[in-house]
Amino acid sequence: MKPEVMVQDLSYRYDDGEEKALDGVSFEVYPGEFLGVVGPNKAGKSTLCQALVGLVPHFFHGNMDGRVVAGGIDTRETTVDELSKTVGLVFQNPFTQVTGAKLTVYEEIAFGLENIGLPRDEITRRVDEMIALFGLEHVRHHNPFELSGGQMQRMAIASIMALRPRIVALDEPTSQLDPQGSAEVFQAVAALRNQGLTVIMAEQKVEKIARYADRVLLMHKGKVAACDRPEVVFSRDNLLDLGIRPPAYTSVARELDLRRPDGTLPVTLDDAVALLRNSSVNS
Amino acid sequence: MRVRVENVRFHYRLGEPVLKGVTLDFEGEATAIIGQNGAGKSTLVRLINGLLKPVSGEVRVGDWNTGDFSVARLARRVGLVFQNPNDQVFKSVVRDEVMFGPKNLGMSGDTALASSREALADVGLEGAMDANPYDLSLAERKLVSIASVVAMNTDVVIFDEPTIAQDYAGVQRIGTLIEKLKARGKLIIAITHDMDFVAEIFPRAVVLRRGEVIIDGSTREVFSRPDLLRDSFVEPPHATQLGQALGLSETVLSVDEAVKGIKGHRSRLGGLAGSDTAHDQQFFQ
Repeated sequence: MKPEVMVQDLSYRYDDGEEKALDGVSFEVYPGEFLGVVGPNKAGKSTLCQALVGLVPHFFHGNMDGRVVAGGIDTRETTVDELSKTVGLVFQNPFTQVTGAKLTVYEEIAFGLENIGLPRDEITRRVDEMIALFGLEHVRHHNPFELSGGQMQRMAIASIMALRPRIVALDEPTSQLDPQGSAEVFQAVAALRNQGLTVIMAEQKVEKIARYADRVLLMHKGKVAACDRPEVVFSRDNLLDLGIRPPAYTSVARELDLRRPDGTLPVTLDDAVALLRNSSVNS
Repeated sequence: MRVRVENVRFHYRLGEPVLKGVTLDFEGEATAIIGQNGAGKSTLVRLINGLLKPVSGEVRVGDWNTGDFSVARLARRVGLVFQNPNDQVFKSVVRDEVMFGPKNLGMSGDTALASSREALADVGLEGAMDANPYDLSLAERKLVSIASVVAMNTDVVIFDEPTIAQDYAGVQRIGTLIEKLKARGKLIIAITHDMDFVAEIFPRAVVLRRGEVIIDGSTREVFSRPDLLRDSFVEPPHATQLGQALGLSETVLSVDEAVKGIKGHRSRLGGLAGSDTAHDQQFFQ
């Protein structure tokens, strides 16, 4: 299968940066895949998200080497505007994303569609679809700034998704949300992914990434430390050295030397419980 | 320092109560206040530092009734770290930001600088004294806002979502700082959605739901009530969830406790039931 995103030997140094924010990063993401990106702060996760939508190198000042191809488009050879039709970016803080120019949730989601000049009927259809998908029906006429954090982040994602990108990058979209808001965002993103969207999400919540991601890209000091299935990445025994706490279920299983048939450790609650029950029966 | 919240009611708009008669006593034990957004947690801590005054009832910080004191006076006793550092940080140099509070409390320049240096070192930002806070990442700016309050050396320190945007190292650092403040006899109150952090650092937890206290007890007692927590949209710590899913008899709060609990479970089984798999399976339901 042809990759939807190809990142080849990507290095980037901000003009005011002492070290490279990204250093020889290579990976591929396939259509419909959910790639979780984990790593400590300053590992390069945000810069990577910005590179996927072309803000690096087109907006920020710095030196870029290597190549990013998203949806078949080389990010160097296009503009951020043009690329935004293919790749969307959701910021960490929804306040950063909200235009502030619109008085209702409906108008906010319609804003990007108006800007690309879609006919009114199409705008109405897409906004209604997004409002339904992200559970925003009861707040469609509310002011965006009256929403809870979870609702606002879902509105921000809906605004991006209304543009129908093939790929979406999310930069720690749940870091400021309560557990309910966070669950809402993960569920909405999972629903979109089930419709064929390719998802790349930077996130600190390892238990959530373990549950939702198909593969995990582990970054450390601008480099790729691992890129594999969650149970493979989180089974590594040097995660703490790389600034990542393993999922609690994985840590418990490690202490009990409880492994899956392929030798990896369980990374989700259901997986850990099933293994423990089996081991209990077989012991 | 003791903080007493007595039958406090509060609303921002008439007819929309945010706190509906909350009574809580804080003395000594570090306490986590948990609950869904909109439960009234941030309102409660703003009543303690005097930014808000009760509609009825009273809040006492030591022998001061907050209704009788300005926020500036109360700042001598209560420090509050805001949830969003962008709402708190306003100076263009980290050094000035962190020294602002201590100087306002009347500390001399030298003392304020020493206190600020120590607080910044505690959050791992000793090298950022001359930086502009808005050149820092959100996670670092949060640490600056924490240092700004800690440097004031108040008897009561309140944190609103201290671990927001932090990575593993940041969470560890904030945990270590809170332990240090506890050891110095500070009264610590924190609002947080990070239940692993609550289990690790706070011996007492209070759950708020729609302006009312639903549970107030030891953290272990609180996390042993998944039914009530679910109604309040609170997920217990991951290790606790594992223990509960396995049906362990004790509520576990950490990975270590879960491991011990599971091992104990197995050895009791070995002694009691041998290879009775039916019993064993039932035991792990």
